[in-house]
Amino acid sequence: MTAISDRRQMAYVAAQAADARVNVELEAEGMTLNIGPQHPATHGTLRIVARLDGEQVIEAEPIMGYMHRGYEKLTEVRTYPQVTTLVNRIDWLGSFCNEVPFILAAEQLMEIEAPPRAQHIRTILFELGRIAHVSLFLGDLGVQLGAVTPVFYAFRDREHVLNQIEAATGGRFHPNFDRIGGVKDDLPAGWIAETRQVLQKLREFCDLIDGLLFGNEIFEARTRGIGVIPADVGLSYGLSGANIRASGVDWDLRRDAPNGLVYDKVDWKVWTHPDGDAYARSWVRLQEVRESCDIVEQLLDTMPPGPIMAKVPRIIKVPEGEAYVATENPLGEMGYYIVSKGGLEPFRVKIRSASFNNMSITPWLLQGAYVPDVITILASLYFILGDIDR
Amino acid sequence: MTDTTEVQEEAQVDEAREALLEAITAELGDALVDSHLQPGQDLWIRVSSDSFGDTADYLRERQRFRFFDYLSAIDWLPSPFGRSLDANVDNILNPSDAAEPVAMEQGVAGGETRFQIIARVYSLTTHLGLHVKADVPDDTMTVGTWTGVYPGAEWHERETHEMFGINFAQHPGLRPLYLPGAFEGHPLRKDFPLLARLVKPWPGIVDVEPMPTQDNPEDAA
Repeated sequence: MTAISDRRQMAYVAAQAADARVNVELEAEGMTLNIGPQHPATHGTLRIVARLDGEQVIEAEPIMGYMHRGYEKLTEVRTYPQVTTLVNRIDWLGSFCNEVPFILAAEQLMEIEAPPRAQHIRTILFELGRIAHVSLFLGDLGVQLGAVTPVFYAFRDREHVLNQIEAATGGRFHPNFDRIGGVKDDLPAGWIAETRQVLQKLREFCDLIDGLLFGNEIFEARTRGIGVIPADVGLSYGLSGANIRASGVDWDLRRDAPNGLVYDKVDWKVWTHPDGDAYARSWVRLQEVRESCDIVEQLLDTMPPGPIMAKVPRIIKVPEGEAYVATENPLGEMGYYIVSKGGLEPFRVKIRSASFNNMSITPWLLQGAYVPDVITILASLYFILGDIDR
Repeated sequence: MTDTTEVQEEAQVDEAREALLEAITAELGDALVDSHLQPGQDLWIRVSSDSFGDTADYLRERQRFRFFDYLSAIDWLPSPFGRSLDANVDNILNPSDAAEPVAMEQGVAGGETRFQIIARVYSLTTHLGLHVKADVPDDTMTVGTWTGVYPGAEWHERETHEMFGINFAQHPGLRPLYLPGAFEGHPLRKDFPLLARLVKPWPGIVDVEPMPTQDNPEDAA
């Protein structure tokens, strides 16, 4: 009696196990995981369709275009001063940084140079934009990995920087402050002293994040060796900014092509990391926020007096020609290729945004990654959807 | 003192670009059609349509341009809508005064066709960028792909394909990148109407009118 039921039970278990195995194989074979379009890790609306083999991604395809606004077409029917309003919205977290390369390219075509004080103000706001942008990344990174606390500190301390940007330009996110030939206004009274205090707060924030995340065993375990990008692969995909510096490439447009910005008057260094993984990318960004604080501090000390606008005609017509100017934006290299036919508006503007190239590596990078690491990799690449869907 | 150092620096950059241009001219031979050097700023080369795909290999392997920057296209057709804010005609407001056909005029480094590819690579050793232009044949609308050499060109070529209708031979998958599958037309072509402007004309000319008091003394009176 017992022997029979034992045998029956074993047969039953074996059959169940075989069934289960078949089922697992059936389901796992070509299972499709849909990430987004509304996932917090995407900073906008990005959809990623991943085909899985068990826990591993065998193929991932990002699908974009949910937010495409056609800026390249729209710039063709806007005057040059009107374009800055548009391009503010490309990478919405570092908005002032979007205006600078466009204005510099237009100035290059017009052969105008902004006065030293305007260049200083530009560089300061450019770096403040980077600090606000990247400090949000540092907090957001924690959320993607399951640590909720850092993001509250990030939002709290980023606000100080945004307040300074607002005090100087009138806009928190869309300053529209850069002009061909200079900047719109001079800095308000007392701004420099206030900014110094804010920089101190941001340095403390960096130390806080350093302890909370980078000194955290779980954080290290989840990011070390994840999403490794070799330098040569990264370069042929056009990765720039902290993403490529984390692969050991010592290249920063602020140092190597400081056209129109005053980085050559400041003592600072370019941070790199040899590993090329998610940890390296995050670590480089943390160091860059600290470095930016130092850059701004030095620029505040050496602020030259003088005018903030060069002599520019009231109606801006840009002479015929073509120019490409790129700057080191928070997300990486951002540049504008302007074709002018001598009119009031550009004939063609090609917007080279950092996130577009940084994102184009994901089909390669996600291959073979495990599902829980997908979000880590996406978070560490750090892209803004507006910067992809221009 | 500062002036002389600046002049020296500028001269140095020029030398570097001129040397680069010389090397490229010598090695590319017939494939190089035209070039343009903007001293201290940028360097353009224009290669023949057939050799565009192979240029990538040459630039990466022989000239060590390891960084792929971007790839796009330019439509040189003057806008048939007369939308230019300083144009005398506006075909949208007044469809009757059709603009006289303006001659197509290609930019730096010349050109013969309506569409031109523009791509940029960058060298991390010399810190020089290089713009590569190539004419797109009007009949086939096809040039070689760069994806074999620079995999990052894949998305750029997909975008160029959907926005301009230019084909890239041997591209692994020229699917639309941004546009929905059923979308008709190529939005960045100059003859593709900007629908927002057709629906509601833009009072752009009003925006940039000179202020009455300063530029027009008659108005001030």
